[in-house]
Amino acid sequence: MTHSPFSKPSRRIVLAGLGAGLLATPALALSEAAAKTLVEQAVADINQVISSGKSEGAMINDFERIFARYGDVPTIAISALGPPARAASAAQRSAFTQAFTGYMARKYGKRFREFAGGRIEVKDTRQRSRLIEVRSTAYLPGRSPFNVTFLVSDRSGSDRFVNLLIEGVNLFQTEKVEIGAMLDRRGGNVDALIQDLRSAG
Amino acid sequence: MFNAVTSSIVRVALLGAVILLSACGTPSQPDGINDPYEVTNRKTHEFNRGIDRIVLRPTSNVYGTVVPEPARNGVANFANNLNQPGNVVNALLQGRIENAGHNTFRFVVNTIFGLGGLLDPATDMGLGDRTTDFGETLYVWGVPEGVYGELPVVGPITERHAAGKVVDLFTNPLRTVLEGPEAAAQGAANVASGFGTRYRLSDTIDSILYESADSYAQSRLIYLQNRRFKLGVDSSGTDLDPFEDPYDSLPLQ
Repeated sequence: MTHSPFSKPSRRIVLAGLGAGLLATPALALSEAAAKTLVEQAVADINQVISSGKSEGAMINDFERIFARYGDVPTIAISALGPPARAASAAQRSAFTQAFTGYMARKYGKRFREFAGGRIEVKDTRQRSRLIEVRSTAYLPGRSPFNVTFLVSDRSGSDRFVNLLIEGVNLFQTEKVEIGAMLDRRGGNVDALIQDLRSAG
Repeated sequence: MFNAVTSSIVRVALLGAVILLSACGTPSQPDGINDPYEVTNRKTHEFNRGIDRIVLRPTSNVYGTVVPEPARNGVANFANNLNQPGNVVNALLQGRIENAGHNTFRFVVNTIFGLGGLLDPATDMGLGDRTTDFGETLYVWGVPEGVYGELPVVGPITERHAAGKVVDLFTNPLRTVLEGPEAAAQGAANVASGFGTRYRLSDTIDSILYESADSYAQSRLIYLQNRRFKLGVDSSGTDLDPFEDPYDSLPLQ
């Protein structure tokens, strides 16, 4: 990931955006430029972890932090759980969100290694209803370039990823179906699902 | 003899295509997945998992371990190049003249400057892969997607895509030109290239087929999302809407 000449001021914009929610100042409307910067920053952080040469366990811990920092994890988790979340207690929802975060970091952290030696170039951004679509191309050695699309939302109060699509394959939707299947397997028992999630991925 | 066999194959294939096409009229369900034969499809899925576990996965692991990466890339490039004329024909049938020219140049460059297609200098020149198929041609012509299904060995597919695969046996002019050992070489390159893909995507495919709680549902969803993305199908308003906002489906509002 090469640093664009804008990376310094934009990082400040991102931090300001992240801080806006905390300080309860009027949240800035999510701009396409801010969404693009968020993607570039996350890609830079991921590349740094991949090239760090750490053990897989240490890398997965780093990915879990990146996922929590850039992604709107509670929204992704509870929305993926769907209607069963209504009947769940606040404690169950928070335990589920935590287990889901670790599961995602393990499942996809392992896969980020495939991006070693590659780069992601942001192509363009577009407003999609209340989301910003950031389209990019991934270039991996010895492979045809492929499309990676990030969906960014500011509805949590700060700019965060809410979804990722690789050649149209939708991370949020596939995980929603997977969580549904895991819950079915446990006869709808959310506590058992949380247990399973802690070791899955 | 050869002609008689060919023409009977053509007749059977066209008949198959017509049957599939007439079945494509089924309206799709609002959730974006039209899978009325799910029970049968799930049985085929189990069969396909067995084939993968016993044949495809071990064979591709041997292929990937024994054959060094540059050679595997060469085989994949060679197979891709021999399929280019079919891409040109389909692009023309789709009325995409620019793509037809692109694929023609790609074929010429890789055949002449890429050692008969073993290398892919065209991509470095900006003539990247623009693979298409008759299933896409049918989409361009307005044929509906039809029902989803899983076919033995072939895997996840829609009726429109399946009909396209049958017709694609005849859209590549090279297939009628190549005979004997050359035709066999093309077939072998395609098969080896398939093993190469299974090896390269090993972690992804294993995670879908063997680590998922419902590998049938995952395969179906991933196939449909990817296929519609490739064709540029608008799935908005369905369960497969790529721009579905997780905030809108939050159950706690």
